[in-house]
Amino acid sequence: MDQFVQQIINGISLGSIYALIALGYTMVYGIIKLINFAHCDVYMLGAYIGYFCMTILHLDVIPSLLIAMMLCTVVGVLIEKIAYKPLRNATRIAVLITAIGVSLFLEYGTMYFVSAQVRTFPPRIVKSMSAGIKLGNINVTYMQLMIVGVTVLLMVLLQFTVKKTRIGKAMRAVSLDVDAAELMGINVDTTISFTFALGSALAGAAGVLVGLYYNSINPLMGMLPGLKAFVAAVFGGIGIIPGAMIGGYFIGMVETFVSGYGYSMYRDAVVFAILILILIIKPAGLLGRNVREKV
Amino acid sequence: MKLLEVKKLTKSFGGLMAVSNVSMVIDKGELVGLIGPNGAGKTTVFNLITGMYSPSSGTITLFDGEQGKPIQGQKPNKICNAGVARTFQNIRLFRDLTVLDNVRIAMHRSVKYRLLSCFVHSPGYRSEEQRIIDESIELLKIFNLDGKKDELARNLPYGEQRHLEIARALASRPKLLLLDEPAAGMNPAETAQLSEIIRKVRKLFNLTILLIEHDMSLVMKICERIYVLDFGSVIANGSPDEIKSNERVITAYLGEDAIDA
Amino acid sequence: MSKGFNKKAFIKTLALLLAFSVVQLLIRFNIISYYYQDILARVCINIILAVSLNLITGFTGQFSLGHAGFMSIGAYTCALIIERVPTVYGFIAGVILGALLAAFAGFLVGLPTLRLKGDYLAIATLGLSEIIRILFINLDSITNGAAGLYLQRRFVNWFWLYLFTVSTVVLISNFVRSSHGRACISIREDEIAAEAVGINTTKYKVIAFMIGSFFAGVAGAVYASYNYFIEPNLFNFSKSIDILVVVVLGGLGSISGSIMAATVLELISSFLQSVAAIRMVLYAVLLILIMLFRPGGLMGSRELSVAMLTELRKKAIAWLKAMPARAVHAVRSIAKGSGKPGDKSAGKGRVDG
Ligand SMILES: Nc1ncnc2c1ncn2[C@@H]1O[C@H](COP(=O)(O)OP(=O)(O)O)[C@@H](O)[C@H]1O
Ligand SMILES: [Mg+2]
Repeated sequence: MDQFVQQIINGISLGSIYALIALGYTMVYGIIKLINFAHCDVYMLGAYIGYFCMTILHLDVIPSLLIAMMLCTVVGVLIEKIAYKPLRNATRIAVLITAIGVSLFLEYGTMYFVSAQVRTFPPRIVKSMSAGIKLGNINVTYMQLMIVGVTVLLMVLLQFTVKKTRIGKAMRAVSLDVDAAELMGINVDTTISFTFALGSALAGAAGVLVGLYYNSINPLMGMLPGLKAFVAAVFGGIGIIPGAMIGGYFIGMVETFVSGYGYSMYRDAVVFAILILILIIKPAGLLGRNVREKV
Repeated sequence: MKLLEVKKLTKSFGGLMAVSNVSMVIDKGELVGLIGPNGAGKTTVFNLITGMYSPSSGTITLFDGEQGKPIQGQKPNKICNAGVARTFQNIRLFRDLTVLDNVRIAMHRSVKYRLLSCFVHSPGYRSEEQRIIDESIELLKIFNLDGKKDELARNLPYGEQRHLEIARALASRPKLLLLDEPAAGMNPAETAQLSEIIRKVRKLFNLTILLIEHDMSLVMKICERIYVLDFGSVIANGSPDEIKSNERVITAYLGEDAIDA
Repeated sequence: MSKGFNKKAFIKTLALLLAFSVVQLLIRFNIISYYYQDILARVCINIILAVSLNLITGFTGQFSLGHAGFMSIGAYTCALIIERVPTVYGFIAGVILGALLAAFAGFLVGLPTLRLKGDYLAIATLGLSEIIRILFINLDSITNGAAGLYLQRRFVNWFWLYLFTVSTVVLISNFVRSSHGRACISIREDEIAAEAVGINTTKYKVIAFMIGSFFAGVAGAVYASYNYFIEPNLFNFSKSIDILVVVVLGGLGSISGSIMAATVLELISSFLQSVAAIRMVLYAVLLILIMLFRPGGLMGSRELSVAMLTELRKKAIAWLKAMPARAVHAVRSIAKGSGKPGDKSAGKGRVDG
């Protein structure tokens, strides 16, 4: 029983991370129908920015987190402006290949500058974060509390932005129908940039949190979590914000339980199997609705 | 003799009844018009007959002699191979392929060689390919497109694109041809030419044709019978003269000037 | 048609045999050094991979990010057979069985996932190839897990490389020029129109996946025997991307494009071998630039042909001929201060097509 509860706690922590990343995928997909492969590398950059803030600037966790979020926002918007915007009217396959190109560029560009070497965070910070509360045999670290806390806070902020603000309404309008939104006087370019900004900020935060949680970062660290977060977005129904949250927590739980019960070698395979099953059974995802192309 | 029978066909998109309770019969060899204001559900009827959508309810039966076979809800390629071909309201050619390829692809149904022989290009394969090319060119000649067989479909002028789409539909050797606004965007001279071509291929291929068209002069001139659709339902059905004088049609759709035409 | 002597085919066959013999002799007399033989082998394997992926992605328009997965099935099958039957017959059996198993995997993948479009299919194929890789890592009683398999002997030589490469290219080109191949192409062009003219799109997608995977399996088998060593991580996402880069660069739907791109990229990456990060950055920039400026790839969907070369030559000559005029124009406009309104000479020197 204790182990079960412990797994749930670990699953929620991991799930929070996936949810944060998945939100970026889902928002961008919702608005321009693009799988932003580079999103997972923004997350990786977030981890490195956090790392350098803590090691070189000797900043604390929260300031590092904020700086990482800010810089990632800039990176995300730049990616959109430079690589995706010129392809607004290109074929889907062309845009997708570009996204893969941007992703490779960020991964190996980073590798060129910081080397492929795996890095760990300063012991003083890691130590303070890995302490925690013990309830019998159940252990909740400050790190886990912080992950969940930061995630919930960011999600509430995001929901508020999307539902209540002017630009949030513009986002929803553009995701429904770009042309109609444009005719209604919405600045589509700004809205798309804003979407990338939001998604990238969340990914940056996730990067710092994961870096600290696993205490290991490298230039290719984004690939696998990125794919899993994408699976989470698809699971919840891509383009749907609450779907990404649900999907993130679900994937986090599944993964934790699969490894917790001794099949850790297969945990990635299980996530991909879930992806394929959901695509076959209900491609629109948990909260999505199936629509057939209009002839 | 019946060729196509549609019974109580209904299709709704969410709350919208695009087609509701439509019944119609088309006899072999007929040229039937399907008219109605924009959004009446005409294209949706075509999409249902050709399997692009499956109906919410109702049946569609295709007859082969006396033998009727239900085709509603089947896949488009099955229905095409059963002998129903169509054109699209907004032209859907293989734009980046040549004129010849557009037609050759649609001849797929009649290709005799097997999958494995196309890897080695056996003599049987080659003569079959030659036959496909010859027959495609014959078909293109009817539309005066044989001289442009190596041009990309996208580079054809609009009117010729419409012609090519009809040629492509004919390449699958259909019994029933569905034309969705073939004269849309054409000037009177082109429309006259088109009606000539429709007449010609109808005879040549022993076709039955169902035609959606907004150009009333064309419809009234070439159709033998007309169905009128409004808000998804059939509101009238009869000869051009009957339709012209039908009160309901006039009030619902045609308006004053169309009667003069 | 007469059954007579087919001159074109005869010349082609002769040219192919000649090319083989020349290289064979050069290898025999050590004029092509071991280093270049290695590059040659990699080029051949890449051609098989790129041409087969081109059938799936370039011709049929089904975006696959899992080609390395099919390749790994061929590689492991062949390696495991060679381990038990270390003769050339074992090798041949390995190639055939590996290719068949890969095709079967392509069938399994194809059936359920092909209802997916574009991006979804891409992600699903990526996921499947990852699953295959993880299985190879975990079935260590058979595959020796992440440590990989070592082979004692190499059976692949220039003869086999050439045979498999040429066969792949010829068979796939023949296929795409047939009615079945055109059915595949029509799916890429407009799936709905293809269905409407009677093409069973699901069937042809599966067929394209099976043929593509079959040859990916061949490439994997040849690679396993050539390389002495295979491990699951050789067939990861990056490998699939490598193959995709070749196809995209050469042109989606151009076999000659794939062949040229496979050659050029392999040469580039052999020179950049010591700096893997730079190679990947270069690939990345290449992908982005191609998509921005020439989304169809270098060759588009065209094939290299005599007519194309003649046209290219004409263009080049016209361009060169226009050089003096352009130069004069440039000098003049600089002298005059260019861009004056009403400058009639503006644009005169531009003859380039
Ligand atoms: N795939 C679809 N999804 C939702 N609504 C549709 C779809 N196809 C058609 N409709 C709606 O059905 C109605 C009939 O459309 P259509 O058959 O195209 O009309 P027509 O061809 O007579 O002009 C229209 O209101 C149209 O918006
Ligand atoms: Mg219509």
